[in-house]
Amino acid sequence: MAHTLAQKILQRHTDQKIEGTGQIVQCDVSLVLANDITAPLAIKSFKAMGAKSVFDKDKVALVMDHFTPQKDIASAIQVKNTREFAQEQNITHYYEGGDCGVEHALLPELGLVGPGDIVIGADSHTCTYGGLGAFATGLGSTDVAGGMALGSTWFKVPPTIRAIFNGELPEFVGAKDLILRLIGEIGVSGALYKALEFGGSTIDSLDVEGRMTIANMAIEAGGKCGLFPVDAKTLEYTAARGRNDEALTPDEGAEYERVLTFDVSNMSPMVACPHLPDNVHPVENVEPKKVDQVVIGSCTNGRISDLREAAAVLKGRKVASHTRAIVLPATPNIWKQALREGLIETFMDSGCIVGPATCGPCLGGHMGILADGEVAVATTNRNFKGRMGSLESEVYLSSPAVAAASALAGEIADPRKV
Amino acid sequence: MTLQGKAHKVGDHIDTDAIIPARFLVTTDEKELGANCMEGLEAGWVERVTEGDIMVAGENFGCGSSREHAPISILGAGMKVVVAHSFARIFYRNSFNMGLLLIEIGEEIVHFEDGHEVAVDIEAGTVVNVTTGKTIEFPPLPQFMRDFVDNGGLIPYVSEKLGNQ
Repeated sequence: MAHTLAQKILQRHTDQKIEGTGQIVQCDVSLVLANDITAPLAIKSFKAMGAKSVFDKDKVALVMDHFTPQKDIASAIQVKNTREFAQEQNITHYYEGGDCGVEHALLPELGLVGPGDIVIGADSHTCTYGGLGAFATGLGSTDVAGGMALGSTWFKVPPTIRAIFNGELPEFVGAKDLILRLIGEIGVSGALYKALEFGGSTIDSLDVEGRMTIANMAIEAGGKCGLFPVDAKTLEYTAARGRNDEALTPDEGAEYERVLTFDVSNMSPMVACPHLPDNVHPVENVEPKKVDQVVIGSCTNGRISDLREAAAVLKGRKVASHTRAIVLPATPNIWKQALREGLIETFMDSGCIVGPATCGPCLGGHMGILADGEVAVATTNRNFKGRMGSLESEVYLSSPAVAAASALAGEIADPRKV
Repeated sequence: MTLQGKAHKVGDHIDTDAIIPARFLVTTDEKELGANCMEGLEAGWVERVTEGDIMVAGENFGCGSSREHAPISILGAGMKVVVAHSFARIFYRNSFNMGLLLIEIGEEIVHFEDGHEVAVDIEAGTVVNVTTGKTIEFPPLPQFMRDFVDNGGLIPYVSEKLGNQ
């Protein structure tokens, strides 16, 4: 049978012959991930399983990125317990201090994930690595504990929805707008139990960071993974990080449950309005509401290309006096690169707060929490009720350009107009 | 096995931030997580629940983050089963691993309202609305999942595999 990208990668990791969707297969995994919220539960389950040691100390990554730098005593205890486990198991890839970043920005940067890999992570945005052509998916802590112990897990072979984007992107329209448009089209359960696969001329032209932004939000449509073909751009990216990978494309004649085609040439920047990621509208149709907080960062849009996009809008201008704009470069390397390029100075001159690499505000953890009635524009991935703080607050999701324009205007704004 | 209790109905696309907001994820304790169950939907929501009650939900229940704390908080609040139109994928796996029973009945969910007395019979494959008398049949679990459940879930499964190595 001709395989989609998802089926092709699963086939490489199992002895069973993949003959159709819905089949249960046992696959070996390339990397197992957990963070400071999910690792403590995974460790509890790992011990309950009677496991003595992880399957491979080099293939388990523990990234302390959500409530770090440790925001309170309880979160410090969770990190401490995870650190002790990492030491006891001699885990190579434990990150907590100055080498730590937001997990889904950090692991690609370190070359720990790449084409053809199967990655399971106790974090729903593990699907980010699909941007590099990895079958990467979020699981819960106990499934991940099983993976840590056995080096394998089970999957149901998913049907695939193929999303094709064609045309040249207009100015101020990018990867985030593409994924928001797709989620707006198919809804937050539109890809439930399914794989998303991307293609088309726009996708071919898109850089690897943009592809990761798109793959990152596959879960916001309920997707199991969001996969991109592996081309010369991917190979150049992973080779620069010490990997030796091969190109990977779906088979000719692979069966798709549904194919959607978009022409991007006349697209506007998109905004997901409260309180679901599928409540998507072109920015010009969104009421210009007063904005209390802007967040630029996260595993969705905290990479160097995102910071460049935001800085280009902010350069030489001032953030509105009633708005706090928080910039969180997603890894220390991105931070240093932004410093070298003068982006940090641009952010600070325009009145932004520049913080450490952390997931912090995205999930209402710390470093930018909303009060009752406050409104945020964020480059993050979820705008569920109460996600960033009070149940009475609101989050609008956008690209870095829209977020930066909104910081300047102090209300939801179109970067083409500020 | 029959589970019977009062239904607490919630809407579509209830995400795991609604089930257990991130600020409560600084513990792995079932009782503590249970005390804050659905706190992201409505402050003090859990106070309505008595042991053995049943959660009834719309489409895509448990969407969003992978936090296993979500099914644990529902269990900690005293509910052992969720009957819904449909479930999000990661939440579905997590619930089986944690021993929270999920019953997916699609559009038939309209027959269940908040406060109804509901009975779930696993062997018979039925959800009965005791208040109205309406009975809904649900398809049996896939064999693979049933074997998992019969053997006590993922922890004993991995434990046995490790023992065999």
